[in-house]
Amino acid sequence: MQNAAPKTLGPLSRREARFAWALLLPTILSVALVIVLPLMAIFWISFKPIALEDLRPASALVREQLRGKPKQSGDAAIIRYKIRNSSQKDPIFGITLADEIPSSLEVTEVDKRCSLKGKNLNCNLGEFEGGQRETLEIRVIAKQDYFNDNLKITDSIAKVTGRGENILTNFNFTMKNFVHVFDSAEFWTVIYATLFYTVFGTIGALVVGLFAALLLNIDFRGKGLIRGLYLFPYVAPVIAVAFAWVILFDPFSGSINALLVQMGVVETPINFFGQKPYALIMVTVFEIWRYFPLSFLFILARMQAIDVEMYEAADMDGASPFQIFWYLSLPTLMGILSILFLLRFIWTFNKFDDIFLLTGGSADTRTLTVNVYEQAFAVSNIGAGAAVAVVIFIFLLLFSILFFRFFNREEGL
Amino acid sequence: MNLSRNSYVLALCLGGMWSIAISVLVSVAMSFLTGMAFKPNLTNSAALGVIAGLLFLHFKSKSIIIFFTILACFLLEFPNKEIIWISEDATRLQKILTYTIYSMGLMLPVATMLKGLEPGEVDRFDLETSIIRFLTGVGFIIFTVAVFVPFYVMIMTSLKSQQELLLNPLNFGIDLSKGLGLFRSYYELFSDFNFGSYLWTSLCVSILTVIITLAFAIPGAYAVARLKFKGRSAFSQAILLIYMVPMIVLALPIYIGFSMAGLRNTLVGIVMIYPVTTIPVALYMLQGYFRGLPAEIEEAGLMDGLSRFSVIRRITLPLALPALASVSLYVFMIAWNEFLLALMLLDDPAKFTLTRGVASLNSSEVPRQHLMAGAVISTLPILILFLGLERFMTKGLAAGGVKG
Repeated sequence: MQNAAPKTLGPLSRREARFAWALLLPTILSVALVIVLPLMAIFWISFKPIALEDLRPASALVREQLRGKPKQSGDAAIIRYKIRNSSQKDPIFGITLADEIPSSLEVTEVDKRCSLKGKNLNCNLGEFEGGQRETLEIRVIAKQDYFNDNLKITDSIAKVTGRGENILTNFNFTMKNFVHVFDSAEFWTVIYATLFYTVFGTIGALVVGLFAALLLNIDFRGKGLIRGLYLFPYVAPVIAVAFAWVILFDPFSGSINALLVQMGVVETPINFFGQKPYALIMVTVFEIWRYFPLSFLFILARMQAIDVEMYEAADMDGASPFQIFWYLSLPTLMGILSILFLLRFIWTFNKFDDIFLLTGGSADTRTLTVNVYEQAFAVSNIGAGAAVAVVIFIFLLLFSILFFRFFNREEGL
Repeated sequence: MNLSRNSYVLALCLGGMWSIAISVLVSVAMSFLTGMAFKPNLTNSAALGVIAGLLFLHFKSKSIIIFFTILACFLLEFPNKEIIWISEDATRLQKILTYTIYSMGLMLPVATMLKGLEPGEVDRFDLETSIIRFLTGVGFIIFTVAVFVPFYVMIMTSLKSQQELLLNPLNFGIDLSKGLGLFRSYYELFSDFNFGSYLWTSLCVSILTVIITLAFAIPGAYAVARLKFKGRSAFSQAILLIYMVPMIVLALPIYIGFSMAGLRNTLVGIVMIYPVTTIPVALYMLQGYFRGLPAEIEEAGLMDGLSRFSVIRRITLPLALPALASVSLYVFMIAWNEFLLALMLLDDPAKFTLTRGVASLNSSEVPRQHLMAGAVISTLPILILFLGLERFMTKGLAAGGVKG
């Protein structure tokens, strides 16, 4: 029957397709604006020599003053414009100045860069180097009206124009950011921390989640409550639980350290989030603690969908509980476990908030994502931050290819 | 005789290990409750557990609890023979209480673990059932303690004063005699730190995010689930792909773009950016649900002359209400908990969201009970919402929550 369908689209199905695109349009536009555009921008920025302070492009600033303090009609005075480049290193092109000279001041001499038409003064100042300052002087004679009107020279605001070259839009490119990222001594530390955190965090959360699901796969009173309680770590705001952990493990006033010392397990308190081997382990443990509820939820849902008859049959055949788990439950859970592993792997790799709040990336816990923030905002090198973001994105692309390969075979989820 | 299949060996092992677990648990709990020193003596408690296992297997009576309580109290009088070493400051009552709890915590579960075992040979099924009961017990203790303790510390710290905190970090007790004075740091957060306004901002931002997300995601999800058009499967794959792009990669250009457009430091900017981060998730969750709805009802509606829009409004949406509820809850949770964008885009304390407000409390000048009170304030609404609507939330998490 399928072959009998017409090859070309009929008017009805064309209308349906149009309707579908209309429904999708808002989503496509917003996603393009906020996700696709920034993604392209990050590639662009990563090849730019740009620091945080370069975000504000150079502009010309002007200050206007009346010098000479005219006291009576006929006194000479000078209108002085001081113009400077706000940036110390970037030039500004095509600077012009426009102002209105009050008619109560008679202009006697105009700077040669300026022209006067009626009341309107127009000056063409050309190009300013970084940090360049210029002074323009217009000689005037005050008339009686000037004192009558009680004018101030700044009542008409002098306008300057000029475009500084915006470093974001020009065509200066550099490879320095990538060289900086790959060459720095800490690059391998960052990669190691990322891999350690991602691999052990993902596997840990999966295994712990599997245990929790096994615990709750039996029926007892208060099961709903326990299940709710076990989801708390995931539902609570990360900022709240991360700070609670920091306080709990504090070397000076943390309860865990006090307990360990009192029980005689350790001699002196351990700085869990500030000392080298512990910090990375602790952030990984935190990751497991916070995300085991997710794997637990998925695995439990899958477990409860397993056919009861299969278990009954195994029981009849005299299989022991461990055999049932190993030969029955685990193989049926393999599908969900591997999908969870891939998705969680990507998400742990992407994780930023947790480590940022727990250690701020100190004591060798700086993962790639924390490095983006560190480079861009702590070191103020936006270009280097963007370069790290590009490295992350390339890793992700690789993971996604793997993921979709897997997804197409595994028709589950 | 096969030792590993002998019920005495099993009772001895389980009893010993369980006794160690219980003595550690009781010591830690008592230390936190009283603030005094309680140290488990692992060798002695293992020995006592072994005896307990063997005695129970033989006599099958739970009344040996009393015998054990007395024995444990008696052993405390001898140096290095105690099960749990208790500091000299503890009262006699506290000591007896500790050992009663210990004995009950030892005997009752051991009795359950060894239920149905006869002295002598055991078959594999009974052996593994006992071991699984043991592991279940240990598992529940570990999970509950691990999940519960950080939250308890949060609440406890917020109710204490600086001196109390430094005086004895072990004391997990709450001094109830202070009455309403316990909530001083909460009061100060609302009066001096503007937390009332943060709470309100967070609530508004989260609700707006939910509304905008649904407005975009419902039509999109319907189109992907129901309508035929070229590039449909490519589109749903693209959604998943976008779902995987981390915020931190996008945050830099967004920061630059917002700075240029003057949207940084405005709540309008926040309300514009939050939904975009949640639309792909919501769309993905909803299209899965829409696909599960029977298409026949909608077709019947179309036959009866309804337009597509009225079909969506009058048939699909009412049927999808539970899914809408769980998606809304999930999106609300993401928006409420969001931290990175709020940190980067908001500098003005008058416009902080709750998470940004809590982050601003993390400085050496603010006492930590304020920080923890802030943490409690930000956690409580979402946990209450979660417990109240747990059924929906669990569904919502299960549908889209692989993201985290």
